[in-house]
Amino acid sequence: MAEITYLEAIREALFEEMERDPNVFCLGEDIGAYGGAFKVTEGLQAKFGDQRVIDTPISEAAIIGAAAGASHMGLRPVAELQFIDFISCGYDMLTNYVATARYRAFLPCPMVVRGPSGGYVRGGPFHSQNPEAAFLHTPGLKIVYPATASDAKGLMKAAIRDDDCVLFFEHKYLYRRVKDVMPDGDHVVPIGKARVAREGTDVSIITYAATVWKALEAAEQLQTEDGISVEVIDLRTLLPMDDDAIVATVKKTNRVMVVHEDTRTGGIAGEITARINETCFEWLDAPVLRVTAHDVPLPYSPPLEDFVLPQVSDIVTVARHLARY
Amino acid sequence: MEFPAHSLDLDAMLAAPPGADAALARAPRPHADKLDRAQRLALYRHMRMTRTLEERLVALYRQTKVIGGLFRSLGQEADAVGSAFALERRDIMSPLIRNMGSMLVKGATPLEILRQYMAKGNSPTRGRELNIHFGDLERGFVGQISHLGDMIPVMAGIALSFKMRGEDRVVLVYIGDGATSTGAFHEGVNFAAVQQVPLVVVVENNGYAYSTPTGRQTAANSFMDKALGYGIAGVQADGNDVLAVYDVTKAAVDRARAGSGPTLVELITYRRKGHAEHDNQSYVPTGEIEWWAAHNDPIDRFVAWLTTHDSVSADEFAEIDASVSREIDAATDEADLSPMPDALDALDGIYADPPTIAPHWYREGVRAAVDIHERPASWGTHDG
Ligand SMILES: Cc1ncc(C[n+]2csc(CCOP(=O)(O)OP(=O)(O)O)c2C)c(N)n1
Ligand SMILES: [Mg+2]
Repeated sequence: MAEITYLEAIREALFEEMERDPNVFCLGEDIGAYGGAFKVTEGLQAKFGDQRVIDTPISEAAIIGAAAGASHMGLRPVAELQFIDFISCGYDMLTNYVATARYRAFLPCPMVVRGPSGGYVRGGPFHSQNPEAAFLHTPGLKIVYPATASDAKGLMKAAIRDDDCVLFFEHKYLYRRVKDVMPDGDHVVPIGKARVAREGTDVSIITYAATVWKALEAAEQLQTEDGISVEVIDLRTLLPMDDDAIVATVKKTNRVMVVHEDTRTGGIAGEITARINETCFEWLDAPVLRVTAHDVPLPYSPPLEDFVLPQVSDIVTVARHLARY
Repeated sequence: MEFPAHSLDLDAMLAAPPGADAALARAPRPHADKLDRAQRLALYRHMRMTRTLEERLVALYRQTKVIGGLFRSLGQEADAVGSAFALERRDIMSPLIRNMGSMLVKGATPLEILRQYMAKGNSPTRGRELNIHFGDLERGFVGQISHLGDMIPVMAGIALSFKMRGEDRVVLVYIGDGATSTGAFHEGVNFAAVQQVPLVVVVENNGYAYSTPTGRQTAANSFMDKALGYGIAGVQADGNDVLAVYDVTKAAVDRARAGSGPTLVELITYRRKGHAEHDNQSYVPTGEIEWWAAHNDPIDRFVAWLTTHDSVSADEFAEIDASVSREIDAATDEADLSPMPDALDALDGIYADPPTIAPHWYREGVRAAVDIHERPASWGTHDG
């Protein structure tokens, strides 16, 4: 079977789920005939019609709010944000309405909010964001952020079938860069389960999304140049977090770093570090270290973007330090 | 061939013979009539500069010297230039992605724009932001962000400051047909209306928001009609007629200056290029773009007007066009030679205090994160 890209994998999941369940529908800006800014929904409207693939006005609060209302009634909306950066325009709706609905009013929100995220693409401060940490801090939402094409498909199917709101971050740097052969059959990847992207014994790198690939590149370099054996954990789901997978790798290598593309302060690496501290401090041979973006808006010009974002060389430097510690 | 225009008024306007000179001459234009020949030639030069500079940017984009997206205003030059021309230097405006012409009127230079698009270290934002996302309060423009609608409340706030301090200054904010669907647009216009601040809201109705035609963006007949709901004045004009644009905007600016509050000005125009350079416009009905190019090009129309009413000769146009090209050539050379930013500059200016943050320890050659802090001699040996 042929390999398909991360982007095509998401599209395939949408096709299959819309075919499987008539309650599934998509809404968003320019997603219909145009197929979306990145063409994720290309062909969907031709197949399922404009009642199930709905072009909306530029109104993110309404897109998310309407998805919530429809989801209360048993529909399963998949809302696209043209860039995930615009999720901030629906922040109130997500954090106040959607996230609390089940808890406060016993109203389920089985909906997916998805969109292209992340940097390394010279997109500047408003087309490169990684806003996942803001939502990690919001009980009631689930967050997934796949790194591989296969996970992109399997997690999208799981997200659509989930009975709560899932924020589905898609890394635009990976859209057309990574490929997989899709597993046969109904390929669903469970939400809440991490993946060992590379086995190793000396140092662990816990990461997700595009930096999984940076970590794998660093791991290869560390193996050949230093003989350091690196384990890479791809979280895949950020909320709920797979504590078992985190503890397992800590116990295995005793030296851990967390890598993410988002800024450092208040980022997810801090949360992971705290969990390690609470659950398996005694297994550590070194402090947990973070490799993250610097705490500034992501600038546009290549030398600036490259400086702000974590690079393979940073991961290598920190891994060497941990291995020697 | 007739194309369904996106406004009833425009239909009427387009019923005029191609070339549209009749439509141009139709309405009385008290403000535009006060412009002199030199000012009209300045309008022409700004429009020509906008178009030629964008063509240069396309060439640079194809050479991958322009990094990131490229957004054109082809066919919308009159709306950008004519409206900004109605402002005084002390007035402040906020452009949109297709308002390079407005920026030029307000004193932005081709060199700044080229450096900005090419992500140079001496660009107005020092390489931090893209395209025409930059500002200068001295010359009276505020850099926008990408999030559509957000500039309306911000500009209402600038207008509020003028009102509070009794300053004789006016604010103009641009918004696309698509961006009127945002919550921020609604809140901002309503706020400005209630506070009666000197704000002119220019809705550029260019028929599309990315791939979405105006008819899928609003169920209202026109954007002008929305003014009624906010309790402010609303007017509509042919956005491809630079003198009409100037006239209607100048009237709104004068109203604002006189303390009569906000006006919503709807300018009818047409986006002849895709949303950005990558967009192949597959969603546009066949022939529509060609129709606008052939029959309703704002520069062609103004050339015809100037030829007839100001006796501008072909030589005079050629001389202006050549001077525009010379300016762009020189600016391109200079922008090309400009350095990229210094990486460390990325950490400067996030706060007033501290003005610069430190690079992460592994970028500085520090042996370890913990070295930066005081720590016991070795792991696990501290007392207590
Ligand atoms: C809040 C928000 N949502 C979505 C976008 C993505 N986006 C950028 S431009 C655009 C279309 C804008 O159309 P319009 O307002 O008509 O302006 P035009 O491009 O026609 O000048 C969209 C959807 C955005 N920038 N901001
Ligand atoms: Mg538009």
